[in-house]
Amino acid sequence: MTEQTKPRRPRLDLQVLGPIIALAVLIVIGALMNENFLGYGNITNVLSRSAFIGIIAVGMTFVITAGGLDLSVGSMAAFIAGCMILAMNALVPMMGTGWSTIFAGMAIALALGLVAGLANGLLITRARIEAFIVTLGTMGIFRSLVTWLADGGTISLDFTLRGVYRPMYYGGILGVSWPIIVFAVVAIAGEIAMRHTSFGRHCAAIGSNEQVARYSAIPVDRVRAWTYVLLGILVGIATIMYVPRLGSASSSTGVLWELEAIAAVIIGGTMLKGGFGRVWGTVVGVLILGLIDNLLNLTDLVSPYLNGAIQGVIIILAVVLQRQKKAER
Amino acid sequence: MKMITTLALATMMTVPAFAQDTTVIGVSIPAATHGWAGGMNFHAREAIERLEETYPQLDFVLATASDPGKQVSDVEDMMATRNIDALVILPFESDPLTGPVAAVADSGAWVTVVDRGLAVEGIEDLYVAGDNPGFGRVSGEFFVSQMPEGGNIVALRGIPTSIDNERVAGFEAAIEGSGIEILDMEHGNWNRDDSFEVMQDFLSKHADIDAVWASDDDMAIGALAAIEAAGRTDEMWVLGGAGMKEMIARVRDGDTIVPADVTYPPAMIATAIELTALNFVSSAPVSGDFIIGSVLITQDNAERFYFPESPF
Repeated sequence: MTEQTKPRRPRLDLQVLGPIIALAVLIVIGALMNENFLGYGNITNVLSRSAFIGIIAVGMTFVITAGGLDLSVGSMAAFIAGCMILAMNALVPMMGTGWSTIFAGMAIALALGLVAGLANGLLITRARIEAFIVTLGTMGIFRSLVTWLADGGTISLDFTLRGVYRPMYYGGILGVSWPIIVFAVVAIAGEIAMRHTSFGRHCAAIGSNEQVARYSAIPVDRVRAWTYVLLGILVGIATIMYVPRLGSASSSTGVLWELEAIAAVIIGGTMLKGGFGRVWGTVVGVLILGLIDNLLNLTDLVSPYLNGAIQGVIIILAVVLQRQKKAER
Repeated sequence: MKMITTLALATMMTVPAFAQDTTVIGVSIPAATHGWAGGMNFHAREAIERLEETYPQLDFVLATASDPGKQVSDVEDMMATRNIDALVILPFESDPLTGPVAAVADSGAWVTVVDRGLAVEGIEDLYVAGDNPGFGRVSGEFFVSQMPEGGNIVALRGIPTSIDNERVAGFEAAIEGSGIEILDMEHGNWNRDDSFEVMQDFLSKHADIDAVWASDDDMAIGALAAIEAAGRTDEMWVLGGAGMKEMIARVRDGDTIVPADVTYPPAMIATAIELTALNFVSSAPVSGDFIIGSVLITQDNAERFYFPESPF
């Protein structure tokens, strides 16, 4: 016991610094390579784009901390976006092209997210099927459903409605765009929930040892199901921010979002096998992923064919940095 | 000998339906994972429906695959369980599908290859394809005609494939020596979201862009949203490609930022299916190569290319 507490301070610092160092290095490289990198426009672009994955990744942090996994979020986002657009288009004749229609659409998106998350959660906790398999299944289901709804093409939002809804992505308060604000609020709420509520502590307890958690009278199944419901609702929120950007959804919407969200969570220092979660780390992870893409587009250093390789190297490096510090314990 | 044939024919005629020699045509295409493929799926289904109604002796098996591996299995299943007489295939990728399609051809079945050629020549009986170098060339020529003084452009590329390479090579050859400079080229993967993000970054990086070669209508939509958001719609125009109905409508209505489009029709799958069917129901010879040219769509001829029912 004493051995573990003694070197605690330096270990914690180094481990915490890993993703931050990676982020700082990226920012410095970016600033050196292109003078527009730190400009207001570029920062807004990168943060707004990262918001979808970011909002989802915060929810994913809880799922992974509790020892679960959700592969269905990207397809779920596409499915919710498709349903939301179809519903709003259908409501136009009744409710007109105003904010009331859009609010109805948002409510539908949140409700669908909740139901989809609950379906995942119940299948995992009640039917006792592995999370990987359940969400792999629902991933295929949601993806096919949106392709079917779109008849293989693209579902587009009513043109006038799109004009009304558009500021939800491009507009904001005091120059900070809405997706960034929502992402920040979600991240802060997530950080508080993870650190200062029994829900957060229960997630960590379940992820680290399910049996012990059960003996400690933690309602394991209920908490676990709730992590998926929470994630589903956050996917709904991300979709609400996504739809006004291009006003359309198709089968190519949200492809690989699940992997980006999981990667962001792991880069941020949450353990893939559960038991420990760090929401602010996830935020750093999301920013790292967003900046890599941005940097590769802003510079001509590497052939575009190699973009994927650079991303892979940086993701692995960011995690290696932490793992090495951990080995020093 | 003649007697026997006549007899055989007579028996065939007296027993309808069962004895009637049905021809089974297998159609294997990629799933509707992006707009163009969605349109292609739509036209494939429509052609099959029409042909089955017109020719009761034809039976179609349609399989859509989401990756090359699945497509290989589809083709093998069609051979094993449906004993197809003909295969119409739009290969996901050339190399992995070459072997399985060669096996179909070896079994004596008719093979029609669409859009993407196989890695080995001479396997197929009929090859139906769009003209990718021509697509790039027509696009490039439009840029030269619009920018006689030259200028700065950025380009969005598709998923890294031979199709994309041929288009870009055709485009670069067409603008060579015209004074048009390609400032930057990145892959937008024929995807709206990806090209939106790439275009945002191009706009941050380059202060002076006169035009954008988006090379695809989905990518053009993403690029247009980024240009609109940056408030730089007066500075540049965008040329997409393929012939998405929304974009054709904008060309038709004289939108200055979308002055034209270049066709690469997803309906080419229908051409392939119809020609293959002709081989079995008529005496018209259909073997060989059938290359569908890429046409420049401007305000004058846009109406002809507008198909409101198609999802693409």
